[in-house]
Order: sequence, then C-alpha cells, then structure tokens
Amino acid sequence: MSTTLLLLADGRFPAGGHAHSGGLEAAVTAGRVRDLETLAAFLDGRLATAGLVAAAFAAAACRGGDTSTLDSEMDARTPSPALRKASRAQGRALLRAGRTLWTLSTVERELHHPVALGVVAAAAGLAPEEAALTAAYGTVTGPASAAVRLLGLDPYATHALVARLARDCDAVARRAARVATVDELPACSAPLLDIGAEAHASWEVRLFAS
Amino acid sequence: MHPEAHTHPDPHAPLTAGARALRIGIGGPVGSGKTALVAALCRTLAADLRLAVVTNDIYTTEDADFLLRNGVLPADRIRAVETGCCPHTAIRDDISANLDACEDLEHDLGPLDLVLVESGGDNLTATFSKGLVDHQIFVVDVAGGDKVPRKGGPGVTTADLLVVNKTDLAPLVGADLSVMARDAAARRGDLPTVFLSLVEDPAATPVADWVRGLVKG
Ligand SMILES: Nc1nc2c(ncn2[C@@H]2O[C@H](COP(=O)(O)OP(=O)(O)OP(=O)(O)O)[C@@H](O)[C@H]2O)c(=O)[nH]1
Ligand SMILES: [Mg+2]
Repeated sequence: MSTTLLLLADGRFPAGGHAHSGGLEAAVTAGRVRDLETLAAFLDGRLATAGLVAAAFAAAACRGGDTSTLDSEMDARTPSPALRKASRAQGRALLRAGRTLWTLSTVERELHHPVALGVVAAAAGLAPEEAALTAAYGTVTGPASAAVRLLGLDPYATHALVARLARDCDAVARRAARVATVDELPACSAPLLDIGAEAHASWEVRLFAS
Repeated sequence: MHPEAHTHPDPHAPLTAGARALRIGIGGPVGSGKTALVAALCRTLAADLRLAVVTNDIYTTEDADFLLRNGVLPADRIRAVETGCCPHTAIRDDISANLDACEDLEHDLGPLDLVLVESGGDNLTATFSKGLVDHQIFVVDVAGGDKVPRKGGPGVTTADLLVVNKTDLAPLVGADLSVMARDAAARRGDLPTVFLSLVEDPAATPVADWVRGLVKG
C-alpha cells in the first residue's frame, strides 16, 4: 500500500479517462444497463473479462515485459478497431502524464492502455500487483462514474456497488500478478463490449469517446 | 509572419518538439457565438497565418461540421475532441485529449502559427488550463442579459480578452451595453473587453487584431 498507488488509481489523475465510459454508453443506449441491478451485472462481467486481461498486461509490463510484444498481444485480444483506438488514446494520455511525473523506461508515445499503465507503474516504483490492481479498479470505476452521469443513478448506491466489488477486484489483481509468461496471459473476451464499441463509434451523437 | 517566434515553455510538448504554434482558447456559455467567432477568425486570418482548430463539442461534432460546411478551413485543419459529459474537464482538469489533438495537427500539417481551441459551451466558471493554451478569450452575449459581466466568475474576470457578442440584439433584449462595459471594467481591471456583433462585423475585426498582435508578439 502506498500513496503513489492512490495517486495513480485516482479518477482525477489527468490521463484522459474521463472521456471514456468503458462500453457503458453503448450498453445504456442498447437498453442493457438501465438501473443499479443491470449496472452491477455489467461491472461484474467487465471485471471478469476486460478487467482481468488489463490487470495481467499491466502487471506484465510493470515487471519489465517487452512492451512491443505485450502491445501486439493486446492488439490480438482487441478485435474491435474502435476499442483499439480508445485503448491507445488512453495509453498515450497516461504515458504523457507518467512522463511528466516520473522517468519512464520507454520513449514510445502510444501503447495500449494496460501496457502503458504497467510502464508508468514501474516508473512510479509500484509492484506488478499494484499495477494490476490499478488496472482492475479502473475497468470498474470508469463505467461506474459514467453511469452516474448517463443514468443519473444515486452516486452513493453506485459507489456501494464498487465497494461490493472490492474483494473481486483484489482477487483479479492477485490472479493477474501470478501470470508469469506471455503464453499464460489471459484472453477472456466480452463480445458485446466489442460489438457495442463498434456501434458506438458510428453514432452521430454520443457523450463519451468510447 | 514569424512562424518560429513562439518558444513557449511547454511541459507537455511532443518529445521531438522545437517551437510550437501559439494556442488560443475560446470559451464561454452555450450559444454565445464561439464557433461563429472561430469561423470569422479563420476567414480573416487564414490568408496570412498557418492555422488550425480544435473543437470540444458536448454531444456531436456539430462545431467542426459547421466550420467544414462553411468552408473556412479544409477538413484536415479541424479536429474534434470528445469530452465525456464534462466539457470543462477536457479543457481544465484533464487536458490530455486536447493536447493530443494540438500535437497531431502540428505533426500532420507541419509547423503552424496558431491553433484555436474552442471549448464546449459551458458555464461561467469554465476556463482553460495554462497547460493547454497560451491565451484565452471568453465569449458572452448580450442575449444572456446585461447582468453577466457583473456576475463575474473566472471566465469573465480572468480571460485575457472578454468578448461581449451579439450587440445587434441589445435593443431587442433590453440589454444596456454601458452597464456591461462598466461591470466588465470593474471585474477585469486592466484586462481588455471588446463589444462585437458578428452580424455587423463578420470579420470580427477587433478580435482578429488582438490575435494578430499576439502571434506577431
Ligand atoms: N444576432 C447575432 N447572432 C449571432 C452572433 N454571433 C453568433 N450568432 C448566432 O448565435 C448562434 C450560436 O452561435 P454559435 O457560434 O454556434 O455559438 P457557440 O458559442 O459556438 O455555441 P455552442 O458551441 O453550442 O456552445 C448561431 O445561430 C449564430 O449564428 C451575433 O453577433 N449576432
Ligand atoms: Mg460552438
């Protein structure tokens, strides 16, 4: 536990996250997320899929894994062009912030977000499991705060959902940090997130970038 | 022009950056005339300055589309940033997407003299971060009532230039321009305020002159 971890995981950290809903806007418009109950299910599913993958990649990058290998592995797990773009945009924003605060081991300007998170976490002196925790937490809090804005849900009730997911988040981070080789990196997919992201990118009117 | 004259210290500059374009933010409440002003500035300045525009719409690419439809700039000189329900966050608290857009424009188009960043229509408290722009213009209109300068707020009190737009509408809405001028002076001290009607002055002459002065700096 460290203040640096809190700094990096803070939703106010200026790394571009506020403009992304983590697939929630598409799910809301499709009618799949309407209230607290459906939001809870969405967050559960996202943590178990995108959350676990992001956490494992963040931990691997933090441990010093080769960034270009990890980046193409992440590409292979991200079939939706819209999600690739969103992930790279957020990775770029995070690298910009990280470069201003710490000394990064890479000069790359654009990486997938989880890989960038691992690189920045390492530069900040965090451990792989902390990088994984930040990634897992972010995959849940991003859509949760988007839900408050899009559906007008009670912010206390929404935070209560996140609080209830705390153990699951911790467990995902522990599991992600145990991944030792590139071949063991998880590839859990959530096809509706991919399909929703593609539909979302084609809308004329939307509030979030993804 | 002196294209390479701006060597502003920029903590967020691209890794390979030398001098970069001057960046001017244009903010203000919804519908006050920000896009109309950007269009006017492009028409007036495009002949002698290499310029580009970044827009921050709340819901759509409406502002960027307006500029395109009106042919004030070619499409490759206009970028739209999406702001996720929070237009003020994108220009103040987390400026990363706007910095990326500014850098991409300069990267793709080569050196520029000026990048105009239009904020999404917001409230009187929304201002640009100094990490994003070098100077900012705050646009209010007379149709919002002549009380607006008196209300103050960071936009009105601290913007480098306050533009009171749509003066042609003043008689129709019963707004007293002398009250607005007096209140603006009281709130702003020595900072300049200009009154404008883009209907009567489609070249936005006083604002274009102010911008030219900064670019030539
Ligand atoms: N009468 C009058 N109308 C104006 C003037 N300037 C702009 N308008 C009109 O005001 C309306 C809003 O102008 P915009 O330029 O779209 O305003 P904006 O501040 O960019 O609006 P948002 O981006 O939605 O916040 C348009 O219909 C303009 O034609 C003016 O000086 N006089
Ligand atoms: Mg506009």
